[in-house]
Amino acid sequence: MKAGSNLEKVLESGKFAVTAEIGPPQSANPEPLEHHAKMMKGFADAFNLTDNQTAVVRLSSIASAVIIMRESVEPVIQMTCRDRNRIALQSDLLGASALGVKNVLCLTGDHQTFGNEKGAKNVFDFDSVVELQVFDALRREGRQVGGEVIKDPPKVYLGCAENPFATPYEFRVSRLAKKVAAGADFCQTQAIFDMNMFEKWMDEVRARGLDKKVHILAGVIPMKSAGAARYMKNKVPGMIVPNEIVDRMKNAKDAKEEGVKLCVEQIEHLKAVKGVHGVHIMAVAWEEIVPKVAELAGLLPRPKSE
Amino acid sequence: MIVAKRKPLNEIADMVAPYKKVAVIGCRSCVAICLAGGEKEVKMTVSALKVKNKKEGRRQEFEALVVERQCEKEFVKEVEDKILSSDLVLSMACSLGAQTIGDMYPDHLCFPGLNTGFFGVPEEQGVWSEKCVGCGNCIIHTTGGICPISRCAKSMLNGPCGGSSNRKCEVNLDIDCAWAAIYDRLKLQNRLDLIESITPAKDWSASHAGGRRVYVREDARLTPHQKKGREAVQ
Ligand code: SF4
Ligand code: SF4
Repeated sequence: MKAGSNLEKVLESGKFAVTAEIGPPQSANPEPLEHHAKMMKGFADAFNLTDNQTAVVRLSSIASAVIIMRESVEPVIQMTCRDRNRIALQSDLLGASALGVKNVLCLTGDHQTFGNEKGAKNVFDFDSVVELQVFDALRREGRQVGGEVIKDPPKVYLGCAENPFATPYEFRVSRLAKKVAAGADFCQTQAIFDMNMFEKWMDEVRARGLDKKVHILAGVIPMKSAGAARYMKNKVPGMIVPNEIVDRMKNAKDAKEEGVKLCVEQIEHLKAVKGVHGVHIMAVAWEEIVPKVAELAGLLPRPKSE
Repeated sequence: MIVAKRKPLNEIADMVAPYKKVAVIGCRSCVAICLAGGEKEVKMTVSALKVKNKKEGRRQEFEALVVERQCEKEFVKEVEDKILSSDLVLSMACSLGAQTIGDMYPDHLCFPGLNTGFFGVPEEQGVWSEKCVGCGNCIIHTTGGICPISRCAKSMLNGPCGGSSNRKCEVNLDIDCAWAAIYDRLKLQNRLDLIESITPAKDWSASHAGGRRVYVREDARLTPHQKKGREAVQ
């Protein structure tokens, strides 16, 4: 065991894992986090706490992790390279580990022009691949990127994200391979709507033996409305939403119900794809729906964590 | 070349308003090529300022001047008397020209008339694009001759990120994704192996991150004796 996290135990024992996302609030109020933790406890193995996602200032992911751990819920902290240089990244990794955080997702990060602080100076000292490589050396050998070797290195389970739907498509498996070589233990994918394209990507992942080296958690997003489908199709770079799905949401009598149904179907489908070791449910601003999705998709009960 | 843009006329007008006699000095190098501060732009700016003053009933004297390369002292010297007889210099060179004048005549005011943007190239008539940020340790032999530090919005070393869409950048869908371009170029050159392996953390100490840079070439420097000789000639 690298970190001994619940997520690690589930994945390493060969069970199908479930992770979900909790978006920290745009305030100093811990209650929304506590509420979501209580509500979703037992419906997923670990919960991602986003790191100022889309560059909107929010309660920090590490602080959020500590808040949900008080509810006995396991966090995955996201750490982007946008706002921290190598000194801060390594320092925060040590701090997070000392606070009991065991899962870390390494991300380059959304550019600040997407968010609510467009005048910010970004950092990007690292990208996600370098971040993984540096964190991996730090956890395995206690070796910092500058060469100093420290005592009591952090014990963390390292994750990455990958997007099979970004260009150039023919490079996306190679990019995953780089992250695996850099030290990723698990990978949460971008939300999947185009199953054919995802399966093609998985074919190559398996052909290169990467499914044996990294646990792939397929990303899904339950949609609330046809507007959400259209927005993701047209406005989110690197996201592919087929027309059938937009139409299905548009023609639905009850869009929310249809969104759940669709998501459940997608999970059922993904469970059968060889090499997929779990799902990652990103119910952005709709956390309440996660228990229902998990239940309907037959993901319950979750393995007991001791 | 250095690519710059002229400041908006109103900003310039406000900046120079308190000064009676203003020497507007352009440069015939980069900023002339990027149509920001060459002879033509200096003249146009001076006449626009005059028109504005006339409308608003303000009296100021402007002189339009241009030097070969404002970042070199020798060329600035040629207009020294004009600088010294003015109340203010409005530099229409890049900030390097403006700072050269400022450093040569520290008790004299020199304001920037341009916003200096980046190191770039003219792509076509009227279009300039950034291609280097002077990181001090060039790596483009490994990236198909395309600079990821300046041309990728996130200066990634292992791109493209998950936002690359139709080979365009997530930050601006009108701009090519640098890493998609690198991939295509390396493929063309049969060198995709370069992008398959990890590029580790970059040492930024050779960039501005390491502090202000001054490069010295001892073999090119003048001896004290040579310096004296040159001063005597001037
Ligand atoms: S790698 Fe550095 S020196 Fe080379 S073009 Fe890019 S910024 Fe300039
Ligand atoms: S889309 Fe391409 S250029 Fe833009 S940030 Fe991502 S990798 Fe860089």
